[in-house]
Amino acid sequence: MDITVNILLTIATAATPLLIAAIGELVVERSGVLNLGVEGMMIMGAVGGFGAGYLTGSPWIGLLAAIAMGALFSLLFAVMTLSLATNQVATGLSLTLLGLGLSGMIGTSFVGQPGVRLPNLDIPGLSSIPVVGKLLFGQDPVFYISIVLTAAVMWFLFKTRTGLTLRSIGDSHTSAHALGIKVIRYRYLAVIFGGACAGLAGGHLSLVYTPQWVENMTAGRGWIALALVVFASWRPWRVLAGAYIFGAVWIGQLHAQAFGIPVPSQMLSSLPYLATVVVLVLISRNKRLTMMNTPASLGQPFVPDR
Amino acid sequence: MKKLLIALMTTTAALSLAASAEAADKLKACWVYTGPIGDFGYSYQHDQGRLEVEKALGDKVETAYLENVSEGPDADRAFERLAREGCKLIFGTSFGFMDAEVKVAKKFPKVMFEHATGYKTGDNLGIYNARFYEGRYVLGQIAAKESKSGVAGYIVSFPIPEVVMGINSFMLGAQSINPNFKAKIVWVNSWFDPGKEADAAKALFDQGADIIVQHTDSTAALQVAEERKLHGFGQSSDMIKFAPNAQLTSLTDEWGPYYISRVQAAIDGTWKPDNVWLGIKDGAVKLAPYTNMPDDVKAMAEATGKKIAGGWNPFTGPIAKQDGSAWLKDGEVADDGTLLGMNFYVKGVDDKLPQ
Repeated sequence: MDITVNILLTIATAATPLLIAAIGELVVERSGVLNLGVEGMMIMGAVGGFGAGYLTGSPWIGLLAAIAMGALFSLLFAVMTLSLATNQVATGLSLTLLGLGLSGMIGTSFVGQPGVRLPNLDIPGLSSIPVVGKLLFGQDPVFYISIVLTAAVMWFLFKTRTGLTLRSIGDSHTSAHALGIKVIRYRYLAVIFGGACAGLAGGHLSLVYTPQWVENMTAGRGWIALALVVFASWRPWRVLAGAYIFGAVWIGQLHAQAFGIPVPSQMLSSLPYLATVVVLVLISRNKRLTMMNTPASLGQPFVPDR
Repeated sequence: MKKLLIALMTTTAALSLAASAEAADKLKACWVYTGPIGDFGYSYQHDQGRLEVEKALGDKVETAYLENVSEGPDADRAFERLAREGCKLIFGTSFGFMDAEVKVAKKFPKVMFEHATGYKTGDNLGIYNARFYEGRYVLGQIAAKESKSGVAGYIVSFPIPEVVMGINSFMLGAQSINPNFKAKIVWVNSWFDPGKEADAAKALFDQGADIIVQHTDSTAALQVAEERKLHGFGQSSDMIKFAPNAQLTSLTDEWGPYYISRVQAAIDGTWKPDNVWLGIKDGAVKLAPYTNMPDDVKAMAEATGKKIAGGWNPFTGPIAKQDGSAWLKDGEVADDGTLLGMNFYVKGVDDKLPQ
């Protein structure tokens, strides 16, 4: 029983940063903006979070700094693509490259220093209930944030008027503009929200998952988050499912290897990617629904009064 | 955009400053790393060696380095750029730079080149490597003594000879103490993914391993051991700060003494291309202070280290291959060529080698 609980806990830790970064990007893309800089914002969050935690000794300040760092960094993208109407793909890619380099420079003095770890939740009585206690009441705080965040985004996008407006901007910014909606302002806020989420995901890496700072420590997780959004056809609950399927197969293949299953490890290593794609393709087989969910003006710059 | 421009401008300024500081009478020694020097692992340790050169030789030498150079066509450009910028002695520190260095060395016959962990040499190209397997034998012995479950978890990157050699040596060491000792092996197919290394460590511990060994670079696995109050070994650099109660010792790379001797030779004009494979006795392979273990285990580890420094090779027969077929006869010592191309397991390893 212990091993099952441990496996589930490990899966949750692996899925959490993917989920948070992907949920943030989902909101950005729903507003019609494609930000390929998730990896860059995430690593900036990781270095900011580690640095602030290390210097102040408080992992909570670290977490806040991670969020702030991601948001601040995304502002750069917002100014470029929204105010200056640059190409979103190119700007997003350069944001990633800049983030990877800049974070390495900022983090030079943090290398080889043990940081602080965000403590797991520990509710006396509840956390020690066998099996469910640890799963429900004994995980790291960011895990709970990620679940609440997913539910909140779901509610916001589909149950509130503002959410409806945001989606309408993503579908047709010209119509939205004609109706008097402040397209650019909405998009600014969406991009900054996405950046804050990516920063939080990075903070989870350097304050919970592996409490340390090393260059390139995101190791491609930002790209996986980006892919999850597309495969989940821009639906929050599917992003959640995708992140956890990915996490489950990711951890499962490590266990399979340790167990000694005679399958080539390269094959096993590619399984998480394969499984996630297959499952998400299967659940989004309905073509009409998928098209309805795809933000129609995704990636197109919006220049009013041209 | 402004931020980007400022960043670009400052970098260019820094580069031109570095260039103008170049003095004619100093020897310029340069390094090329495949990873970031902030990896706290392989490239970090090479850079520590470079810093030791600066410290030891002071104003007789000037150093420069390029980091994050990918193995491939990019490497050609990196080496050529350094040679053109006046580097007199260039160290390429990764296996994948081999062909690039051979090519550039031919183009610049007056520049001295050295390549780590490869096997191609030239008139102005020497090679150097470290016998990490020597240290891994000691790790194996400690693991067998310290493990209660008799199972170690071994996290590895890619099935290249260097890694296979390490697994074999570790198992030979462990089984010299406990013939029934087992290692569960997990390939993470990456040199560097802290998250994945942590996940692999958790999986191995969950399946009954109580000591973790790694041939990947980050401190993540040791931090998991620390959290679970179990033990493990560090890699490349001393990781005791990250796992004060978990680290037994760490297999560290010490390139400093070698780099100092080579740069000194270049200054004196006595540099010649060489082919060296340094081990514990040369101080290139070091085991960090033994911690979190009883005195008798510590004494045993020290004794084995001394024995290896005295010239004994862990790959001394009788050793059979995994399938039981004979490899080394009693007293026979494996030759360096076989070790450098090792693509088979020895008897006792409980894993199928990915081919």
